[in-house]
Amino acid sequence: MTQKNSAWQRVLNARKTDRPKALDLIPYLFDEFFELSGDRAYGDDKAIVSGLAFFEGIPVTVLAQSKGRNLEENMACHFGMAHPEGYRKAMRLAKQAEKFNRPIVCIVDTAGAFPGKGAEERGQAEAIASSLKLFSSIKVPVITFVLSEGGSGGALALSVADRLYMLENAIYSILSPEGFASILWKDESRAQEAAELMECTAYDLYAKGIIDKIIMEPTEGFENNKSFVITAMKNEIRNDLSALRKLKTSTLLDQRYKKFRDIGVKI
Amino acid sequence: MNTQFYKRKERLNLFQKLFTKVDKTDLKNTQDSTPLMCPSCNTPISQYDLKVHLSVCPNCNFHFSLGVQERIAQLVDEKSFKELYRSAKSNKINDFPEYQKKIAKAQDSTGLQEAVTTGIAEINGKTVALAIMDARFIMGSMGQIVGEKITRLIEVADKKKYPLIILSASGGARMQEGILSLFQMSKTASALARFDEHGGLYISVLTHPTTGGVSASFAMLGDIIIAEPKALIGFAGRRVIEKTMNEQLPEAFQKSEFLLEKGFIDAIVHRKDLKTTLSNLILMHKVSS
Ligand SMILES: [Zn+2]
Repeated sequence: MTQKNSAWQRVLNARKTDRPKALDLIPYLFDEFFELSGDRAYGDDKAIVSGLAFFEGIPVTVLAQSKGRNLEENMACHFGMAHPEGYRKAMRLAKQAEKFNRPIVCIVDTAGAFPGKGAEERGQAEAIASSLKLFSSIKVPVITFVLSEGGSGGALALSVADRLYMLENAIYSILSPEGFASILWKDESRAQEAAELMECTAYDLYAKGIIDKIIMEPTEGFENNKSFVITAMKNEIRNDLSALRKLKTSTLLDQRYKKFRDIGVKI
Repeated sequence: MNTQFYKRKERLNLFQKLFTKVDKTDLKNTQDSTPLMCPSCNTPISQYDLKVHLSVCPNCNFHFSLGVQERIAQLVDEKSFKELYRSAKSNKINDFPEYQKKIAKAQDSTGLQEAVTTGIAEINGKTVALAIMDARFIMGSMGQIVGEKITRLIEVADKKKYPLIILSASGGARMQEGILSLFQMSKTASALARFDEHGGLYISVLTHPTTGGVSASFAMLGDIIIAEPKALIGFAGRRVIEKTMNEQLPEAFQKSEFLLEKGFIDAIVHRKDLKTTLSNLILMHKVSS
């Protein structure tokens, strides 16, 4: 597969305000979604929307990073940047999914974990670290879609999965192109240049063997033809659930371990 | 005045025992050099004084970042350290602008090949798998080689049933290696999950500074987490937070003492006590058959 658009064009596409968000897709991907809230320790973080639903009759746990569709929603969910309680809610529900043998479907869409005083006081680093560790060994199938923005450790926390997909215009990076430019050249305005250098598109991640597949978007744009993408996502979920649910738990976990163990150079 | 004098004297006494261990010829070389400013209390300290005090500020107890060689000398039994994966380097790993030059420069100035040194060593006669990060090497950042070396070490500890000790000192993931360095976080965390499941003991020691992708992966996953005094430990950078919050953060924010108060580390241990502490903790995890 090759890419036609520049990386910067994809960054702009991924950030379009009218690009569908997790809340726009959940009702079409699943039936009877029932939201479950709270980390049972501190609070409920709207940057991660989670709950139970049916996928074509199969019960699943849904963990979705959720950006707002308007200012009011964005204020409530901190523009989709999760606090530690968001990751702890996701971990609580992942363990619950394991208990009831429910597969997990994750949606990643965040500029990054929330950089704030409260987030640090409540252990943002610990929450992300624990999430990485937990998902690497959770005994049910995990399928993750990177919807638009996959920003740094905050996105990675929900990316340790048996199948990892990116939408064609999604980006995934170690930090934002703006942050990258400001560290590298002390100049945020060179974000476009940074984006080209960062290898952050779905095509880049596919070439590096990090993601399993690119979910193609329609030529008229995801925002103008949602069902095109929804159909493609459902096809993957259907195939994956059928394949992954047949595996012995030890095989499932060995394959997941190997998948993440093999990323990057070996010595 | 008097109490301050006694405190100083007490501190001097504490270090007297350790003084004998310091290489004398090495000290001579530091005698004429310019003093360093303590980043915590802004007091000038001669390099000689710093060396004698195990790179701890004699005025405020700030623990300076320590090079790997000094750390090994302070922490493990003499001549017991056997390095693993020393030949693993990031040279030629990619063609990111200026990156290769940066690596070569770091290798030149530190005498190390990478930001982490891994090996097997003995601490008071107990064999451990040991990883030591060095903040002087491209800010101790984690690229693919750092992630791979740490993962390999965890796997060795798992196989051989050695306690695992990692001393972190890092600004986070290495941006010159982009997304592949980000995924070293999940790689190391996955390896630790297996080690954990098999009953392995992992003691994480956080030293100045431990932030970003390293704090948000293996550094925060210890069965026991120890920090050196006044180390900077956190996820997001202070400036980023201040920009988001539009307010000044207190001085103590993201310091070891702050993390202890918030419940994210088990203890703060002075450098001079670290070896004894680790040695005791290992003994407390001895599995009886
Ligand atoms: Zn000082």
